[in-house]
Amino acid sequence: MQLSHSEFALAPAAERRRFVLQARPATLDVAARALGLGDTFAMLAAAAAGAVTALRLGPQEVLLLLDPAGADDGLSALRAGLAGVAHSLVEVSDRQVGLDLSGALVEAALASLTSIDVAVAAFPVGMATRTLLGKADGVLWRTAPDRFRLEVWRSFAPYLSGLLDEAARDAVF
Amino acid sequence: MLLIRCPYCGERSEIEFANGGEAHIARPADPMSRTDEEWAQYLYMRDNPKGLIAERWRHAHGCNRFFNALRDTRTDRFVMTYEMGRPRPEIDAATAAEAAR
Ligand SMILES: [Zn+2]
Repeated sequence: MQLSHSEFALAPAAERRRFVLQARPATLDVAARALGLGDTFAMLAAAAAGAVTALRLGPQEVLLLLDPAGADDGLSALRAGLAGVAHSLVEVSDRQVGLDLSGALVEAALASLTSIDVAVAAFPVGMATRTLLGKADGVLWRTAPDRFRLEVWRSFAPYLSGLLDEAARDAVF
Repeated sequence: MLLIRCPYCGERSEIEFANGGEAHIARPADPMSRTDEEWAQYLYMRDNPKGLIAERWRHAHGCNRFFNALRDTRTDRFVMTYEMGRPRPEIDAATAAEAAR
């Protein structure tokens, strides 16, 4: 059966440049200030300012999503702030893609793929974490009560979109 | 579903984690001064206790960090998890008995 757009929709996310920043926690705090994102990146949470969105995936790791229009400014601010401090900043734009998932069935579809609790009480808007979906790693970020961004490695995207579509159809019955 | 408490992410399902073997095994600072027996002891010999073990785990499909955990090998119950670098915590008898139950 065909699901309506309000029930479940899966669409490629807007174009972004993607970077993984890895460093000691104190250095990540410096990066947060350099990007104008506050004094620290809160754990397992998203923060956004201007062209930059940052997802803190672990004590030592932040995933940066940059709007191509303002990416260069954000990157120069970051590089200036981290000059002379040990860190690793790697562009992963070609490795990774984003999928926007939305609709009333989005929780049900995700719940059939991952072991984490995706109810809004346990996974509030703004939370972001890496987890296992089916047999593939993915970063899950709740952008609205009925909307998630899924960031996955490019070659996993057809597998995960297929599984999510099936799971959403199953959830109707 | 067996839940393991990552010190950084909170409780997550066992399938997100990878076991890293026994914890608190220090690599000899000067391997060349060790005898073959001592080196073999460091490389291969493990306690394999029936009961509480301190072991390394990695949140492989999460934050990717290593941490340590105290687990009862008979029941698979996790008593606690703690950050790398901290000494093995002391566990009182009542807690150990509960883990063995
Ligand atoms: Zn973790």
